[in-house]
Amino acid sequence: MSTDNLEEYNGLCVFIEQRDGNPARVSLELLDEGRTLADKLGADVTAILIGENVSGIAQELIYYGADRVIIADDPIAKDYRTEVYTDIIVEQVLKEKPEILLIGATCIGRDLAPRLSARLNTGCTADCTELDIDTEMRLIIAIKPFFGRNLMADIVCPFHRPQMVTVRPGVMELKAQDRGRKGELIYIDINLKEADTKVKVLETVRSTSDAVSLEEADKVVAAGMGVDNQEGFEMLKELADLLGAQIGTTSLPVDAGWISEDKKIGQTGKTIRPRLYIGCGVSGAIQHSAGMINSELIVAINTNPKADIFNFADYGIIGDVSKIVPALIKELKSIKDLT
Amino acid sequence: MDIVVCIKQVPETNEIGWDPKTGTLIRESTGGILNPNDKNAIEAALQLREKHGGLITAISMGPPQAGDALREALGMGADKAILLSDRQFAGADTLSTSYALSLALKKIVRFDLILCGKESSDGMTAQVGPQLAELLNLPQLTNAMEIIINSNSVRIKQKLEDGFRILKTSFPALITVEREMNQPRIPPMDSIMEAYREKDVLVWGVGNLGGDKERIGLKGSPTQSRKVYTKIVKKGEITLLEGEPDKVARELIQILKNKDLL
Ligand SMILES: Cc1cc2nc3c(=O)[nH]c(=O)nc-3n(C[C@H](O)[C@H](O)[C@H](O)COP(=O)(O)OP(=O)(O)OC[C@H]3O[C@@H](n4cnc5c(N)ncnc54)[C@H](O)[C@@H]3O)c2cc1C
Ligand SMILES: Nc1ncnc2c1ncn2[C@@H]1O[C@H](COP(=O)(O)O)[C@@H](O)[C@H]1O
Repeated sequence: MSTDNLEEYNGLCVFIEQRDGNPARVSLELLDEGRTLADKLGADVTAILIGENVSGIAQELIYYGADRVIIADDPIAKDYRTEVYTDIIVEQVLKEKPEILLIGATCIGRDLAPRLSARLNTGCTADCTELDIDTEMRLIIAIKPFFGRNLMADIVCPFHRPQMVTVRPGVMELKAQDRGRKGELIYIDINLKEADTKVKVLETVRSTSDAVSLEEADKVVAAGMGVDNQEGFEMLKELADLLGAQIGTTSLPVDAGWISEDKKIGQTGKTIRPRLYIGCGVSGAIQHSAGMINSELIVAINTNPKADIFNFADYGIIGDVSKIVPALIKELKSIKDLT
Repeated sequence: MDIVVCIKQVPETNEIGWDPKTGTLIRESTGGILNPNDKNAIEAALQLREKHGGLITAISMGPPQAGDALREALGMGADKAILLSDRQFAGADTLSTSYALSLALKKIVRFDLILCGKESSDGMTAQVGPQLAELLNLPQLTNAMEIIINSNSVRIKQKLEDGFRILKTSFPALITVEREMNQPRIPPMDSIMEAYREKDVLVWGVGNLGGDKERIGLKGSPTQSRKVYTKIVKKGEITLLEGEPDKVARELIQILKNKDLL
C-alpha cells in the first residue's frame, strides 16, 4: 500500500500554526529549516496558512523562506479544529503533491499530524529534534532520541508521500527574516459548511500568568531524580529564587507527580537556551539534553562521576545535592547580606 | 455508555541499550508494565460507567505477555479484555498499530466512546489515538483534562500550552486522556488474582481481523528506522570543583559572579 508514482511528488510544505493571527514561532523555525533542506533538493517551499483574518502574516512567511503561501482565510477556520484543518490540508496535498510535510510538535500539531498521516496513508515521525536530507534518495531523515540513554535514531519514510515529520519547538534556530525575498500568495476557497462539522469549540481560555516562562528564562535550576523528595524540591526553589532562576525538571519527577508537566525540559518537554543551567541530580540522558544543550553555561551537581551530564557540563560538582544546595543557599544569602 | 479503552504494555524502564556489535536492542529490564497514562484512561472509563452504566472493554495489541496489562485492566474493573497478538503484527509503527486496532474496533461494533492514553511512555508519540479516530472516521478530542457526558453529546476540557478549550461532539467519539484527569485506582491484589483465575482475555490474530495484510506489522509500516546509534553529547572541557560543600559553593558562586550571572 505504498504511494504510487513517488516521482510525481515534489517540494516541501510547512503547516503554519497561528493564534489570533500570530504565527507560532515553531512554524517560522520550520520555514527557515525547510528552506535549507529544500535548497539541497532544489525544491520549492510552500507554507499552508489557515484561519480567519490571517492573510496579514502571509508576506512575513515569504521573508522567512516560503516561495508560495497557500491561504485559506474563512470564518469556519477561525479556531483550530481537527476535521476542518485536515480536510483543507488534505485537499491541498492531493493537489500539490509535496514530497515533504513539516508540522510543529505543539498540542495542535500533535493533534493534526497523525490525523493527516492516517488519511493520506503515509508515515509521520513524531517529536524530532533534528532533520537532514538524503539528496540522492530524496528522503527526509527525521532524527530523534530513541528510548535508551544515549541512543538516537534516523527515521525515514521511503515508499509513502508526503513524508511527514513533527518537530519540537525551539530545537531549530530562527534566523532573521530576509525582507528582500519574493513569493507568491495563493488564496483558496474553503468548501466546508459549519452544519457539517462534528466538533464545536465552546470556549477558549488562555492562562494569563505573568511569570516568566521556562523557555524565556535567563537562568534555570533543573531538578532530577537526585532530588528525591518534596523537601528537596522546596530547597531547590529557594536556590532558584535567590538566583532569580526558574525551576525546570527531567521527566521522572513529573511522572512521580512532584512537579507539573509544564516544567519538563527535553525532547518531549520544553527547549531552553538560558545563560545559566544548573542540573541538580540530573543524569543527562539524551532526551533531556535535547532540550537544554544550547544553554550558555552548564553546571552539574551529581554524586556519580560517570553521569552523562559531566560530558557536556562546563562546571561539575561531584557531590550530593542535599549537601551542595544548602551550601549554595548559605553562600548566596551571605553575599546578599553584604550588599 | 459502552467504552473501549486502548492500552499498551511498555517496558518497565526506558533504559534500553543498543549493542553496536550485534545491532540489537538490549532491554535491561524485561518486565513490562501497563503504560502509566493508560491507567488514567481506564480510570476515566470506570468513573463514566459508575455514572452512566455500560460495558468497558480493554484492548491491546502486543506480544502474549501484554496479556498481563489486560489482566491489570480487568483487575481495576474492566469487564472484557481483548489481546491482538500475532507474529505478523510485529514491527508495527503507529499507523500500522492503529490500523490493527481499527479492524478490531470494527469487529466490536458497539461502542460509544474509545479512550486512549495521551501518550505511551516508550513511544511518546501521541499518534495512535488520532490515527485510530481517522481510520474509524470518528471525531477526536485529544488531551482531555475532563470529560462531561450529556444525553447525546460529550464535552472535554482540552489542555493546550497556554490554557484550555471546551470542545463538544456527538457519539461515538475518541478521546485521549491527560494525566491530570484523575488518580487511577490501585486494584487490590485479590481482584488481580481474580482477573487471572476467573476472567478471560480473548486473543485475536490476523486471521480473526481480516483487513488488508499489506497494512499489518513491519510490512504495513511506512516509517522505518534506518540507523540507530549512540551519541554521547559533548561540549568543551569540564572544570571540576572539588572539596567540602562550603568550599565548592563559594567557588561556584564566585564564578557566577565573575560571569555576571548573579
Ligand atoms: C520517548 C521518551 C521521551 C523522553 N522525554 C524526556 C524529556 O523530554 N525530558 C527528560 O528529562 N526526560 C525524558 N525522557 C526520560 C529520559 O530518558 C531519562 O529517563 C530522564 O531524563 C532521567 O531523569 P533524571 O536525570 O532526573 O533521572 P536519573 O536518570 O534517575 O538520574 C538521577 C541522577 O541523579 C544522581 N543522584 C542521585 N542521588 C543524588 C544526590 N543525592 N545528589 C546528587 N546527585 C544524585 C544520580 O547519580 C543520577 O545521575 C524520555 C524518555 C523516553 C523513552
Ligand atoms: N499497541 C497498542 N495497543 C493498544 N493501544 C495502544 C497501543 N499503542 C498505543 N496505544 C494507545 O495509544 C496511546 C498513544 O500511544 P503512542 O502513540 O505510542 O504515544 C496509548 O496511550 C494507548 O492508549
